[in-house]
Amino acid sequence: MSAQAPAVETQRRSPDRERELRDGRRAVYRHPLPVRVWHWLNVLCVIVLIPSGLQILNAHPALYWGKASSFAHPWVTFGAFGSIGDGPAFPSWITLPSWQDLADGRSWHLFFAWIFVASGLAYVIYALASGRLANTLWPSGSELRGIGRSIVDHLRLRFPEGEEARRYNLLQKLSYIAVLFVVLPLMVVTGLTMSPGMDARLHLLTEVFGGRQSARTIHFLTACALVLFIVVHLAALLAAGPLNELRSMVTGWFILARRRRAQTP
Amino acid sequence: MNKPSRVLRLDRRRHLKQLLAAGGALAASGCDQLADSPRVNATLDAAQGWTYTAQRLLLGRDALAQEYAASDISPHPRSNGSSTPGTDEYNRLASNGFRDWRLAVGGLIEQPLSLSLEDLRQLPSRAQITRHDCVEGWSYIAEWKGVRLAALLDHARLKPQARYIAFFCLDTLEMTLDGTGQYYETIDLRDAVHPQTILAYEMNGRPLPIPYGAPLRLRLERQLGYKMAKYLTRIEAVASFAHIARGKGGFWEDRGYQWYAGI
Repeated sequence: MSAQAPAVETQRRSPDRERELRDGRRAVYRHPLPVRVWHWLNVLCVIVLIPSGLQILNAHPALYWGKASSFAHPWVTFGAFGSIGDGPAFPSWITLPSWQDLADGRSWHLFFAWIFVASGLAYVIYALASGRLANTLWPSGSELRGIGRSIVDHLRLRFPEGEEARRYNLLQKLSYIAVLFVVLPLMVVTGLTMSPGMDARLHLLTEVFGGRQSARTIHFLTACALVLFIVVHLAALLAAGPLNELRSMVTGWFILARRRRAQTP
Repeated sequence: MNKPSRVLRLDRRRHLKQLLAAGGALAASGCDQLADSPRVNATLDAAQGWTYTAQRLLLGRDALAQEYAASDISPHPRSNGSSTPGTDEYNRLASNGFRDWRLAVGGLIEQPLSLSLEDLRQLPSRAQITRHDCVEGWSYIAEWKGVRLAALLDHARLKPQARYIAFFCLDTLEMTLDGTGQYYETIDLRDAVHPQTILAYEMNGRPLPIPYGAPLRLRLERQLGYKMAKYLTRIEAVASFAHIARGKGGFWEDRGYQWYAGI
């Protein structure tokens, strides 16, 4: 903001990445455009993929382990599986479309699976090429050693304020990395191995999961993990200040809370 | 407090609330309307083309579906769709072991054929232990033996205009006035000449049981179960399937399912 600022300072906090608001608070540019676009595309994808996935599961609400289905001994069943006339296992308010329609559910699911995969790949390329992965997401060794402290802080719902809020905290980094490199790829790959076409090419991968029915079960469990992540993500959003967080994911700008007055003379 | 910025903040907050409310309303009432709109469905259908292109590129012409060991065969498989055509004609055919049944081969071919089960057994065959994946999500593994469709088409000699093979069946899965409830399927020539594409007359070493499509069914191992028409009575080489039934290339395709069922 000022030309008199020391050189190092301008480099780290260049004016287009940080500015002072009229009330004296500071806003930092935390989320570049590709991150924001990807985030909201993911919101859209998840809103479609989970309800349409449950629509598909409604067609045969039972999960198995292994290559084939052992119809008499499913690992788990949902709703009133096997009895006729009790309605679908997953109720209409949580499926897409709301009425039972496997064909439509598949159309929605497969279309948005493509969007999900394409945007995910674009993001990974961006995160690697821009250095965002290394700079913003990957935790340093010293950060990792502070994991105990980070967990305690989270359990007390004490969120980083002021300067600390400039960057992602350790648990945030770890959960984003887990979602980015474990949950999302697992989601896609277990989905692909269920395809009889892809299975002709990816059969070794299907074997790694323990067969197609295992892959289907893992697909469901991974979706559950993703829902769990979203619940925690939304809870953290509410606890940390939903408006500021939402604004930062819409405009990119995150406002740092002011230091408590008690600290200033 | 700095007044202007506070006003700004409240204003933004109001906008955000309106946005969220609009989004919520859209989600609640809009989803079903969207799901029912023909234009939305046509857009969603684009993904079928992407999947088809991607899989054709990745799989090539001859990538084989996984074949399994005899020990993997499911002791309790499951049939879907019709469990029998149940017509008098079919029951009569079944009662003497389908000796009077014939497969008609016609359409855009040089040599129309009418083949008995015995004729089909004389043609080059293939046996394979493969996994049957139903669109509903379940699978079973079974051994299938039958005539290679490529060998049959060699006999019949396709005309150059032929693009698809259509399979017509003896079972009516839905009662309709115009006869469009009769089961049928279509596949393209690339799938038709795939080494594992067979017209199966045996399952697990015995004549094909009635629930699984006796006397003859299609096996198309790189696609889902509904493509594998059962109770075959006639196959035709065609240039287009737009004129058959409701024009989407199959019984389930006419009812909204994807024509390309490789996923």
